[in-house]
Amino acid sequence: MDKITESLLKLVSDWDDDVYNGAYNIRENGGCAGRQSTDNIKIEPKEGGKGIDIYIKEGTKDEKVYIPACISKSNVEDLVYNDFHVGENADVTIVAGCGVHTDDEEGSSHNGIHRFFVGKNARVLYEEKHVGTGEGGGKRSIDPVTDCQLEEGAVLEMNTQQLSGVDHSIRTTTGKLEKNAKLIIHESILTEGDQYAKTDFEVDMVGEDSAVDLISRSVAKDDSYQEYHSKIKGESRCIGHSECDAILVGNGKVNAAPELFAGDLDASLIHEAAIGKVAGEQILKLKTLGLSDEEAEKRIIDGFLNA
Amino acid sequence: MLCLNNVKWKAEDGAEILKGIDFEIEPGKLTVVTGPNGSGKTSLAKVISGVEQATEGSINLDGVELIDKDITERARLGVAYAFQQPVRFKGITVRDLIELAQGSKIEEVDVCSLMSKVGLCTNDYIDREVNDSLSGGEIKRIEIATVLARNNAKVMLFDEPEAGIDLWSFNGLVEAFQELKKNKDMILIVISHQERLLEIADNIVVIADGKVRIAGPGDEILPQLMQDEKAVACPVEKENN
Ligand SMILES: Nc1ncnc2c1ncn2[C@@H]1O[C@H](COP(=O)(O)OP(=O)(O)OP(=O)(O)O)[C@@H](O)[C@H]1O
Ligand SMILES: [Mg+2]
Repeated sequence: MDKITESLLKLVSDWDDDVYNGAYNIRENGGCAGRQSTDNIKIEPKEGGKGIDIYIKEGTKDEKVYIPACISKSNVEDLVYNDFHVGENADVTIVAGCGVHTDDEEGSSHNGIHRFFVGKNARVLYEEKHVGTGEGGGKRSIDPVTDCQLEEGAVLEMNTQQLSGVDHSIRTTTGKLEKNAKLIIHESILTEGDQYAKTDFEVDMVGEDSAVDLISRSVAKDDSYQEYHSKIKGESRCIGHSECDAILVGNGKVNAAPELFAGDLDASLIHEAAIGKVAGEQILKLKTLGLSDEEAEKRIIDGFLNA
Repeated sequence: MLCLNNVKWKAEDGAEILKGIDFEIEPGKLTVVTGPNGSGKTSLAKVISGVEQATEGSINLDGVELIDKDITERARLGVAYAFQQPVRFKGITVRDLIELAQGSKIEEVDVCSLMSKVGLCTNDYIDREVNDSLSGGEIKRIEIATVLARNNAKVMLFDEPEAGIDLWSFNGLVEAFQELKKNKDMILIVISHQERLLEIADNIVVIADGKVRIAGPGDEILPQLMQDEKAVACPVEKENN
């Protein structure tokens, strides 16, 4: 594993001292740079190195599995298929990060296709950070595709963050929720320069008393552009909530198009959206505490993205 | 000493809100600024803290002219201001805000003593976001705490600190002000309509229609206020007569 990969791992996951505590699979430039299974969490490669299957045993508690993917040079186009099979009543954390580093005018891309099969009453906390680093004008792309199948009573909580340096990103997330299942997604996206990011959610609540909570925070700086599209479908008695908050800085642009579909009288769906510049009164307040304009703006944006 | 001389402020729409304010405020004393709604008290606080720029006049803090300084510079020179309408932030916790106010990481014991001054239990609040989920009274107390936390403060300005605060906590707040004025270097200004605060004021300044109507020691001014509430309630009429 090269030094760049190591520094990317530090940015996107809690990598330190050359080790992960638990099961892991490190993907580097399209190959495997390390893998470890535990008694309860088995990681098996798919044929042809195209990805991995992660099997989490029924009832596994308090374990973490790390599956970061890094690209440390240009001209890599990585496409990977990862499937998570989470057994009934398990309660685990999955840490998946992606870093793309290029230092010249050539680009690189990572395209991770994830499928989650979350068994009855299982709980998964999924944490994912994306970052681009390096010099030069090469385009760094990260385009994740995620599908979530939640069985009865399953809970999947996803915290996803696009930190900085990702020039192009299209994030597609779909999901289907059975009875009492719950999907909670907190995403935060920062774009700068002429970066582009698009988020596309489509979640189908088919089971009674299922619930979706989708919270998106984005900051579009400079000439960057972000698109947000969410479609929450309630096909039974269920609760859906989505909230899209965006802050514009400079010439940043955001297009938010939320969609709600209620196919049942007892579906309760709410959407909230707000786009605007950093509130002037927030800047004023922090300035009265002694911060400069720039410090105040930075603090407000950092807080907003990390909320 | 904080000296204001002929301070005027015009709002963006051209209306003159502060029409030449003069007063001097000594440290180590509690000065309560009062007056009818819309008379210009908050405008005055904003102009002192730099949130609004005075259009004319002089604001002098211990020999340093503040009038041309911006908000940040004034804050660094020791001006601290608790807003009448506290600001909410998504993603900034009470701890974050207090630490920004103090300018450094805050120790657990200090958080506790600070929070208890404003009547909040540290454990319940310290990690909460200063967002819409806080009630009016809660956010008001946190706003007050951001001023109490200021290490370098020479001037503390509280804009209607009693608003929205329950009686029990208000007693604590009164104590906090009494404690603050023991600091012989602190210039303590509280904008208030509250009788309790007027009663403990060393000095009272009554603002009406953008001007100082009367000012002087609390024990002289308060009886006048009580006796002739109209002097404050209808300043314009009185002036015209
Ligand atoms: N930015 C502004 N633009 C125009 N008018 C303003 C502005 N700010 C304040 N005013 C007006 O100036 C007057 C004084 O307002 P200010 O907020 O200072 O009153 P106040 O004495 O603090 O009142 P209260 O007791 O209700 O808090 C009011 O008539 C108000 O409408
Ligand atoms: Mg006011």
